[in-house]
Amino acid sequence: MSTSSSAAAAPITVRVWRGVTDAGEFQEFQVPQQPSQTILDVVTWIQRHADASLSYRFACRVGMCGSCAMMVNGIPRWTCRTHVNKVMQDNRLTIEPLRNLPLIKDLACDMTIFFEKWKQAEGHFQGAATRNDSVSRLSPNSPQRRVANAATECINCAICYASCDVVSWNPEYLGPAALNRAWSLQNDERDTATEKRLRVVASDAGCHQCHSQQGCATYCPNELNPTASIAGLKRQVTSAWMRGQLRKDND
Amino acid sequence: MTETRLYLAQRLCAAVMAPLVLIHLGVMIYAIQGGLDAAEILTRTRGSLFWGANYGLFVIAVSVHAAIGLRTVLREWMSLRGTALTLVCWLFFAGLLAAGLRAVAAVVVMS
Repeated sequence: MSTSSSAAAAPITVRVWRGVTDAGEFQEFQVPQQPSQTILDVVTWIQRHADASLSYRFACRVGMCGSCAMMVNGIPRWTCRTHVNKVMQDNRLTIEPLRNLPLIKDLACDMTIFFEKWKQAEGHFQGAATRNDSVSRLSPNSPQRRVANAATECINCAICYASCDVVSWNPEYLGPAALNRAWSLQNDERDTATEKRLRVVASDAGCHQCHSQQGCATYCPNELNPTASIAGLKRQVTSAWMRGQLRKDND
Repeated sequence: MTETRLYLAQRLCAAVMAPLVLIHLGVMIYAIQGGLDAAEILTRTRGSLFWGANYGLFVIAVSVHAAIGLRTVLREWMSLRGTALTLVCWLFFAGLLAAGLRAVAAVVVMS
């Protein structure tokens, strides 16, 4: 690690959550400042130079895999793309595991429930074509495709899930990521499970729980708008309900 | 599907309330031009089917809308669930409805 330009800058005081939910505490570290330093760089420095037992999760380091999200000074962020100098307050940083998810250890959360809800919301593509059929031709400019595209760039970082107050109040709520994914598939003209998916979306853990607080849209690192996707699902559910589609055998 | 039903009921109530609130505000601004006088208001409302229906409908819509909203608050902030939640919300609905209709009757029904 280069130290030439960091010599003058004061070290950062970093408070890091150590332990598990019920038995843990903040531990303070002094971390040297570096140019273009990210929060993930800070955490990595601590593990390599101060305490090798620090647990955290990362993979790609370039904002594609969605595995390094943490709470930084109380806000959920992708740590590999968050520069220290943009978020540091009085030379101090507080780094905690993501909110609303069970903790494994230190900064590593258990993401199981997040992905379970993704599956519960029928978040996988279900098509009718086989490998013997020709590739579907989709116009990228059709209104429906534009809506689907606007919601597709999710990297499953769970930042929206951590920022959602409704998730914290109602742990059964499917959450912004799963519903955003459902909305994307509802607008995929090749998908054949739209009615089945809509039933899940309209369930008591579904889109009607959302209060449109927009924490998800505020903090999504890819600037997606799950609140808008959920509003779209609410419109779709209302429309299906009016047509009598969701009322039969589903009470 | 309970949430879907309640969501639709609450939006429907909001749609009913919106024009009624505008009528209420409009008449209120008009009515106080000559000073706020209970006797003048009662002259207009007593025996009026229009004002009785207007405020009667408003009270029903408010009672449904507020009870559904309160249900969400109680569930999320006070972790109330199941029968207790349903009971509290029905009681709140009934209380609002009774108080509101009593007030409507007081200004509409001739004494």
